[in-house]
Amino acid sequence: MKQVTRLLCAALALQAGAAFAEDTGPADVKFEDFAVQASLSGQAGDAAEGAKVFKDRKLGNCLACHQNAGMKDELFHGTVGPAMDGVADRWEPEQLRAIVTDAKQVFGEETVMPGFYSLRVGKNVREDLVGKPILTAQQVEDVVAYLATLRE
Amino acid sequence: MRQSLAIVGLGMIMAALQVPSGANAEPVDDALVIDDVEMVTRTKAPEGHPFDEVLSGWLFREGETRELEADSFQNPGMLYVEQGADVWNRVEGPDGKSCASCHNDAAESMKGVGAHYPKWDADAGRPINIELQIDKCRVENMGLEPYKFDAPEQKALTTYIKNQSLGEPVELDLSQGELQSWWDKGKELYYTRTGQLNFACASCHESNSGQYIRADHLSQGQANGFPTYRLKQADMVSLHNRFRGCIRDTRAETPKAFSDELMALEVYVTWRGTGLSVETPSVRQ
Ligand code: HEC
Ligand code: HEC
Repeated sequence: MKQVTRLLCAALALQAGAAFAEDTGPADVKFEDFAVQASLSGQAGDAAEGAKVFKDRKLGNCLACHQNAGMKDELFHGTVGPAMDGVADRWEPEQLRAIVTDAKQVFGEETVMPGFYSLRVGKNVREDLVGKPILTAQQVEDVVAYLATLRE
Repeated sequence: MRQSLAIVGLGMIMAALQVPSGANAEPVDDALVIDDVEMVTRTKAPEGHPFDEVLSGWLFREGETRELEADSFQNPGMLYVEQGADVWNRVEGPDGKSCASCHNDAAESMKGVGAHYPKWDADAGRPINIELQIDKCRVENMGLEPYKFDAPEQKALTTYIKNQSLGEPVELDLSQGELQSWWDKGKELYYTRTGQLNFACASCHESNSGQYIRADHLSQGQANGFPTYRLKQADMVSLHNRFRGCIRDTRAETPKAFSDELMALEVYVTWRGTGLSVETPSVRQ
């Protein structure tokens, strides 16, 4: 019995390790011509998960700044950034990946949009968040897959 | 589009692509009259200010919230003014004194006082606000300990003292001592981005005032109404508590109340509201 548990644990650890190993670290993401070509996690994004990341206050909280006609059931939409309607008509997925990963690489240092997978952050970051991006590589891929569905 | 879009090659294309953000979120055009006195909620900004016009946070609130502040019988903050009056007259400590023992009737002695803080404190070699002035009196003249930050008595007394300046325009004398260098430091902090979300005060209250961030209508982040009654917390909120809350929202470590950082910010932020009436106790959502 003990043996089996140990084997199982080892297998799980391997699997988790493998999924993780394919993530590109925030410092290693390659921006070329305002785009990021490769998936950050090496996996495809899941648009349904991405919609959750978009509205969840603890994850992307994108809705805090961006109106989104596709989320009419959500009460409050911010107006700090442009509305997301038809965003996939304006940007290629690789550009959307660059914007979400580190908006400053696309819009310049002055933008207020946070870099969601970047370690170029503000001063005095809360202790437990030091060295951590806001979203995981897979969450960025998910939100990008979701944005890619927003056509008009 | 309100955002200053840094030009980085794509700038031109971007400008063409950007759709104007939907709901036009202008502050209301309304007059605030409290006990027959009209408050200055809109005024020309002092020289060197980033805005042309300085606006009270009152103009950015919903109708119900605005009405609560306008009616001092309804304003829940007025309860704290009453409690402050009690503390003012309460004899405390080994010397058997109250605030009134030295300052008599606050309606006279404290009239206009709150409109000119923070002030330079030569003894301490740093600026002090009303809270720290109260502590100074407690320690030096009453043989008492300073209040703990946000002690109910501290909030009530500060609210009471500020309320004696209701309607008075905010004005700082930056020529006192080294106040100007604290203003400089405060300005630097105001534009410094903090936390994992990488926002400065200016990201929300300068570049985006008038916009909505989720349900919140962003004001200019003025200090003239503090301490303020917050409906969400059903309590009085001190200025340094508000500062700490805004900084925490950037996912940064928060400086301590009355620390050099927050005193510098208070000097600078208060100056940004020059000419607005003291509205204490203001009501916010
Ligand atoms: C604090 C505000 C803020 C947050 C939060 C935010 N953004 Fe943005 N976003 C902006 C602003 C502002 C712009 C416009 C660029 C500029 O002017 O700096 C922008 C631009 C964009 C664009 C380009 C839009 C277009 O029409 O050209 C996309 C796509 C985008 N954001 C996606 C996201 C996603 C996805 C999230 C969450 C994971 C997010 N944003 C979170 C402020 C924000
Ligand atoms: C992420 C956005 C954000 C940032 C960054 C931010 N604030 Fe705020 N602040 C708010 C919101 C939302 C409110 C409540 C609505 C309003 O009054 O604007 C608020 C309110 C305030 C108020 C109360 C205004 C009133 O009329 O009662 C003050 C003062 C203030 N902020 C100061 C600051 C200072 C100083 C900083 C920087 C240290 C700062 N804020 C950073 C979002 C922010």
